[in-house]
Amino acid sequence: MDKIKKITKMKLFLPIFSMILVMMINVVYDIATGNAPLSFFSISINNGILYGRLIDVLNRGSEVAILAIGMTLVVSASAGTDISVGSVMSLSGGLCCMLLAGYGVTNVDQYNVPLWVGMLAGVAIACVCGLFNGFLVAYMNIQPMVATLILWSAGRAIGLLLCNSNIVYVRVPSFQFFGAYCGIIPTPIIIAAVCVAIASIVLKTTALGTYIQSVGINKKASRISGFNSAKIILLCYVICGLCAGISGLVATCRIYSADTNNIGLNMELDAILAVALGGNSLGGGKFNLAGSIIGAYTIQAITTTLYALGVSSAQAPVFKAIVVILIVVIQSQPVKDYFKKLSSKKAAAKEAVQA
Amino acid sequence: MKKLKLSGNNILLAITVALFVIMYLGGCIVYADKGFTHFQTFLNVLINNAGLIAVAAGMTCVMLTGGIDISVGSLIAMDCMFLAVGMETWGMKSPVLMIMVLVIGVVFGLVQGFCVAYLEIQPFIVTMAGMFFARGMTAVICKDQVSIVSDKLFTAISNAKISIPFGGYENKKGIYQVPFIRPTVIVALLVVVLVYLMLKYTKFGRSIYAVGGNQVSATLMGLNVKKTKLLTYTLSSFLTSIGGICYCLNTMCGTTTQASGLEMDAISSSVIGGTLLTGGVGNVLGSLVGVLINGTISTLVKTNGKLVSSWANIITAILLCFFILLQAVFAKIKESKKA
Amino acid sequence: MENNVVLSMKGICMTFPGVKALENVDFNLKKGEIRALMGENGAGKSTLIKCLTGVNKFEAGEIYLDGISGPIVNKDTMDAQKKGISTVYQEVNLCPNLSVAENLFIGREPMTKIGTVNRKKMNEMATKLMKDLDLDVDVTQNLEEYSLALQQMIAIARAVDMDCKVLILDEPTSSLDDNEVAKLFGMMRRLREQGVGIVFVTHFLEQVYEVCDGITVLRNGTLVGEYSIEELPRVKLVAAMMGKDFDDLASIKPEGSGDKSKEPLVIEAKGLSHTGTIKPFNLDIHKGEVIGLTGLLGSGRTELARVIYGADRAQTGTLKVKGEEVNIKNPIDAMNLGMGLLPDDRKAEGIIGDLSVRENIILAMQAKSGIFKKIPMAKQIEIADKFIEMLQIKTASRETLIKQLSGGNQQKVILARWLATNPDFLILDEPTRGIDIGTKTEIQKLVIKLAEEGTSVIFVSSEIEEMLRTCNRMAVLRDGAKVGEISGEELSQEGVMKAIAGGAK
Repeated sequence: MDKIKKITKMKLFLPIFSMILVMMINVVYDIATGNAPLSFFSISINNGILYGRLIDVLNRGSEVAILAIGMTLVVSASAGTDISVGSVMSLSGGLCCMLLAGYGVTNVDQYNVPLWVGMLAGVAIACVCGLFNGFLVAYMNIQPMVATLILWSAGRAIGLLLCNSNIVYVRVPSFQFFGAYCGIIPTPIIIAAVCVAIASIVLKTTALGTYIQSVGINKKASRISGFNSAKIILLCYVICGLCAGISGLVATCRIYSADTNNIGLNMELDAILAVALGGNSLGGGKFNLAGSIIGAYTIQAITTTLYALGVSSAQAPVFKAIVVILIVVIQSQPVKDYFKKLSSKKAAAKEAVQA
Repeated sequence: MKKLKLSGNNILLAITVALFVIMYLGGCIVYADKGFTHFQTFLNVLINNAGLIAVAAGMTCVMLTGGIDISVGSLIAMDCMFLAVGMETWGMKSPVLMIMVLVIGVVFGLVQGFCVAYLEIQPFIVTMAGMFFARGMTAVICKDQVSIVSDKLFTAISNAKISIPFGGYENKKGIYQVPFIRPTVIVALLVVVLVYLMLKYTKFGRSIYAVGGNQVSATLMGLNVKKTKLLTYTLSSFLTSIGGICYCLNTMCGTTTQASGLEMDAISSSVIGGTLLTGGVGNVLGSLVGVLINGTISTLVKTNGKLVSSWANIITAILLCFFILLQAVFAKIKESKKA
Repeated sequence: MENNVVLSMKGICMTFPGVKALENVDFNLKKGEIRALMGENGAGKSTLIKCLTGVNKFEAGEIYLDGISGPIVNKDTMDAQKKGISTVYQEVNLCPNLSVAENLFIGREPMTKIGTVNRKKMNEMATKLMKDLDLDVDVTQNLEEYSLALQQMIAIARAVDMDCKVLILDEPTSSLDDNEVAKLFGMMRRLREQGVGIVFVTHFLEQVYEVCDGITVLRNGTLVGEYSIEELPRVKLVAAMMGKDFDDLASIKPEGSGDKSKEPLVIEAKGLSHTGTIKPFNLDIHKGEVIGLTGLLGSGRTELARVIYGADRAQTGTLKVKGEEVNIKNPIDAMNLGMGLLPDDRKAEGIIGDLSVRENIILAMQAKSGIFKKIPMAKQIEIADKFIEMLQIKTASRETLIKQLSGGNQQKVILARWLATNPDFLILDEPTRGIDIGTKTEIQKLVIKLAEEGTSVIFVSSEIEEMLRTCNRMAVLRDGAKVGEISGEELSQEGVMKAIAGGAK
């Protein structure tokens, strides 16, 4: 009994537990449908590229994983979520493709401007969006979700405007490369890995983590101890914007087109869910990046599994919404108090029996 | 005689009304040749936004308690799909379906309200989950677009015109055009009036304001804060379902992408109409003006013809941003006055 | 029940985890009496009131209320209100966005026949109520349109109208000006005539003597005594409140360390002020000097310290640090000049609850070195271990979350946080509040040691005894202004109390 308690109290228990749960569902499903029981884990090389459902999860999960980095920091520092990330993804992809193809052009075989200019512009506009959100939250004291609501609506609309309401195709191999394969490994996996690596190195080598957490836990005390909490919060939103930008470009390169209406659609839910599944409290404070990343891939595994079970992409949010609610209900104070009461009652009953 | 005091909140509302008048008059001058001056254009704004008006009324109540409900757009989509599939595929009668939609709304609101009020989860998170749930359910009910054609009663209500005895004009052929509204407009306006009276003259209505004004005080004064919140979210979803029926009567179809972004319009209508995001201050009549502003923006964009429709979204977002910032500035001024 | 007594509390006991908050406290209130409830921070005033109004559950003791036979227990504030015990707090607990009439009647509005609120009748009733209390208020206006004093009186009117026998006024005058206070007192006197018993909590001595009939003094959770106003003049009241802690250690101050006036100046403040909290003041502090700020709670002792540190930005005046004029906008500026502040509210402004002891200790040091220069883990551990050892912080490990430590040990961690930055000038605001006597002595000794090593210290405390032990010089504050300094011979219990009490009487 004590051992179980110890395990459930571990930092990464929730994300790893849910990951294993999803995998087991896959195994059961495979057995039920007559596939090899472990077909979920089988990896093979077909036509010179890695192939398998696990690879698929890693590949498709790249965008959420990148988003989860920024979202984790925003949640920790400001106790609110950035719901504009999906729209910002679409905006960044839209701007990039618009520059690469030229305004009003819907289909090109060669670049209008150098590739790096387009990419940089896409990331830059996402950072500007982050700056805007951060300014509203940190300096105007507006609730994070209301502040980000503005770009949640406007981001995609501006993206549409930039693309003249069309889907802009950029059919150049060097552009497609970022959404396709690098050798035998899908490029998005590498990009996500690099982002995660950079984030963890930054958190390891600088004091950013300490700054963010102390601001998130106790703003007043942080100020007395010499932190500028507004600046820290602003920085978190900019980083979140940056992540949304990179993630938007990955999503765009994957389909080598700026489908502004659909890129990043519902991604904010996945990102928030990843953070919550990672064992982080949506009330801010301490964070655990590793948990969020595992959470992100768990979300993708859920999505992939749902698709495998025949649920369409439009229907999938139903299940994710239920998971979100379950997690926040478990995290909520009244429920925690209730369980505490229950366990203390049990303990009292035990004592009574022993006495 | 009552003195009219120019407090921050009144200024906000005054700006809103002025904005609407300027915007509409501007439209009349610039697009006079495209028929913007006709009374019917104004009535069309009402007709097109009947659903939104009902939704905004509910949204205003929720925002008065200091909360927010972003599930409304998806809930409308779910309602429309339910109505459409119910009539076309399941062959049910429209009155039964309409009642069922209202019941669904109440249940939906109860669940959300319970999570917010009794489990103390952030309203944004709860209603965001609600938003995705409803949107997903829409696709679960049916993946395709379903048009309503078979139900005679529903079609009749949808096509019914209520003439207005003044403000008509002669078209190019010289035929006198009688201005009209649809039954949905009456329903929507009735909702606004009832909510207005409810907020002003019932215990529940005043509790909503008290909870938004100061939750701790409200508790100390003996009000049941949790129950008030629960009922407010339920009311919001119920009114959204009424709005959903109106919306469906306008579009006569159910699709998975229907009414996406409508929550944004409802929220911005309330905020533009003078409802404070922090709660406690606001008026459902202001929200009505807010809806009219939103409606006028999209009518202007449509009348222009050259502008992409996403401009309407962008302008709404800019307006929302402007008013949010105004509120923040007013709040700061108030605080500095106190110190 | 005795004649004429409206409220009687007997032998109330209550403990918070680890702290005895109230021990065997009695409290009696007569009909038509205004009784001041006095005591310094942590004396147990608010705990006693919370026990009465049902917010806190007390462990032993009984409460009797006029007209109710047998002891009563209130479940919550609503329950207390129904029995006739109303409380009006410092922050007005009404809804600023509703009209005056609604604030008076919400929850018990007059209704029409069809079940809606009868606004007309409500306004009439409200107008009459306001007239009865001689308040000039348009009841249809929103509450926020009126001054805080009027809001407070409206809150009182609401309480009184709900058939109240005992009215508790919890520091109602803190944010009022003289004129407004006078109005409030007028109202209190009128209520006294009507036979309401009033409990008046305040730290303003003058006000006590102006309006009260009796005084009950608490200290450290125990009852010092119940007095009539005549038998307790000002100086005696201060003595009763601040008390003489049993002197378990003789002077810990080394001989001949008194005069530091020849040392170089570290801080020169001229005319610093912050609107609403502290009036312009001058203050010089020498190297290695411990200067005490004394005065009652709310006298501005905390606020003065905060203005120097930049926790509240000074609005007037100049500040020189080591002879150079400086402009401190934020705490970090002060820190870079070698300052540190241990705030009085440990929980709200001191600890970062969910971080470990180690992280809490290196926090200020990290802030000074900047975000990009992370203190290497090995060094963090070294520093943390050093201070845990030096200050004898009792913690399971250096990675234990600070919120799991006891109050005294939390305080030591915060102290360590500042000591780690090697400050030239340290502000300690109530460093020993809510801490056991052993730790208190340790901290006092530490302060003296720091001073010997050349650190200047501002020491704020509500216990005179402990300040006499540690301070070279004391500045006295009253009603948000610095009113004098005491040094040398005058540094005695009596001298300080006289200075705090001020004025005649």
